[in-house]
Amino acid sequence: MQTKRSTYQNRWLPFFLLAPQLAITLVFFIWPASQAVKSSFERTDAFGFKTTFVGLENYARILADPSYLNALGRTAIFAISVTVLSMGMALLLAVCVNRVLKSAKFYTTLLVWPYAVAPVVAGVLWWFLFNPTIGLLPHLLDWFGISWNHRVSGSQAMILITIAAAWKQISYNFLFFLAGLQSVPHSLIEAAAIDGATPFKRFWTIVLPLLSPTTFFLLIININYVMFDTFGVIDATTGGGPGQATMTLVYKVYTDGVAGLNIGSSSAQSVMLMGIVIILTFIQFRYVERRVNY
Amino acid sequence: MASITLEGLRKTYAGNVQAVKGVDLAVEDGEFVVLVGPSGCGKSTLLRMVAGLETISEGTLKIGDRVVNTLEPAERDIAMVFQNYALYPHMTVYQNLAYGLKNRGFKKPVIEERVQKAAKMLEIEDFLSRKPRNLSGGQRQRVAMGRALVREPAAFLFDEPLSNLDAKLRVQMRVEIRKLQRRLKTTSLYVTHDQLEAMTLGDRLVVLNGGLIEQVGTPMEIYARPASMFVAGFIGSPAMNMVPIEYLSSRGARELLVDLPPETDIVGIRPDDMRLSPPETPHLVVESTLELFEAAGAESHLYVRLAESEQPTVIRVSGQPPVNEGETLRFYVTREALHPFNSDTGQRTG
Repeated sequence: MQTKRSTYQNRWLPFFLLAPQLAITLVFFIWPASQAVKSSFERTDAFGFKTTFVGLENYARILADPSYLNALGRTAIFAISVTVLSMGMALLLAVCVNRVLKSAKFYTTLLVWPYAVAPVVAGVLWWFLFNPTIGLLPHLLDWFGISWNHRVSGSQAMILITIAAAWKQISYNFLFFLAGLQSVPHSLIEAAAIDGATPFKRFWTIVLPLLSPTTFFLLIININYVMFDTFGVIDATTGGGPGQATMTLVYKVYTDGVAGLNIGSSSAQSVMLMGIVIILTFIQFRYVERRVNY
Repeated sequence: MASITLEGLRKTYAGNVQAVKGVDLAVEDGEFVVLVGPSGCGKSTLLRMVAGLETISEGTLKIGDRVVNTLEPAERDIAMVFQNYALYPHMTVYQNLAYGLKNRGFKKPVIEERVQKAAKMLEIEDFLSRKPRNLSGGQRQRVAMGRALVREPAAFLFDEPLSNLDAKLRVQMRVEIRKLQRRLKTTSLYVTHDQLEAMTLGDRLVVLNGGLIEQVGTPMEIYARPASMFVAGFIGSPAMNMVPIEYLSSRGARELLVDLPPETDIVGIRPDDMRLSPPETPHLVVESTLELFEAAGAESHLYVRLAESEQPTVIRVSGQPPVNEGETLRFYVTREALHPFNSDTGQRTG
């Protein structure tokens, strides 16, 4: 691709203009990340006096640690359920809004609001709704004979954080799906209607395949979201409990590092987490993207 | 195969906007009818109503003997070729052609046979495994046609299918569409804003204006005897010249104009009917100044202003006459070349 090249009189000017962005990346990403990589090879004693290089021992330990492996499996379940739930709901809402002509803007505005809510606030909101003592939903669930207490039941706690995390991401997915749906040419739908496809079939065989680039993009974004950005939601609702029932990888990094002060292990975990996300994204680009281009 | 009958068809949109204001038309079995008119005349809306993509506000639509007003597009046994082709971009050409048959539950060997037959007819056999994005405009156009004809429907509907092609390809595809329709003898309804396309393709033309039919007839009937000033101006290129009758009578040609109906106040003269050399029959003589000379190869267009009226007028002559811009020209018009109109009603008077 031909790119436009700008020339500057002063050869330092471009660097100067890029400096703020570079500084932010350097201070808030490159430096902490390199620190994490560095300390993942080290062990610090309890008082922080002595730091020794231990090589891959931190990695060997976490990989042998059942609680880490449990967190890994739990995170996989969490990631899949949040992604499926939030993308499925978002697509459903986008299809509905795309069908209405008059108040589409109004619905869109309302549906985007949750995205403006901070993760912790979203967590607290659902914590209130599902609060076993004062919450509305446990009260309603009681009528159906379901006794809700996510403080006791690990699977209920998992459902709670899944709903809270998915709810927050629906807005984002919705916007992209709506834009994607609106870019499907209307004449294709009409052609399919004349070709004898039922509305349901039109959606499956025409609309959905045409949405696949959007779906693929959202898949990557959502998995990244679940891996990193759900910390606030978990912290505000379950705090990783009961027991370790909602201890996902990112929450474990925090618990072991900040609360448990096991910096070496925590760093190794965060490097692992980053590695997992990079590998997942790579696999998606490598194998999925090829099939969504048309 | 079937006839298409439109009885008092109307389309009213929200806010009482009328796009189609009562259209009666009978398309015979196997006939090729072209709906032609300027943009906004309701021709596309009318076609989409026949296709079932727009609801019918009033009137009756029959395909064959069936009233199809409320039937789904798929149940009307029609196929449509869209302006932007509307090919499914994620499917190969083969899948594009097979989609409609598959949805209708045809067996695989039947689909295979029909697709191959259509592909052969349109010479797209080599592209069957390609996706639409790897095809040229003309090839896409053929695939769109193919998708319509594999279905072997009762009628073809065309919505300006050639308007996205370049001029050369457009002429070529126009000829192919005509040949194909002659061969298949499938009832066809074709929408275009291009009067030349309309003239060359249709067995009959329907000239639409403002949601109403202005005139229906064979291309030559309409060309030779336009029913209104609108049709006169729309069919034929360059457009027919309109000259007020007082102007002509003040040119000392009263004797030729006496037998025109009394309500005539304006006459139309085709650019080709203005001769540069005097004919032997009685004729009018009009003087004018040549403003612009346009050589178009086999023919030339002379843009003139009539003497003492400054009215711009176009003359078409074959070859290249020896004239210069700024020169005063005389041209000659016979009685047969005059199309009498009334400018208040816009209708032909005789």
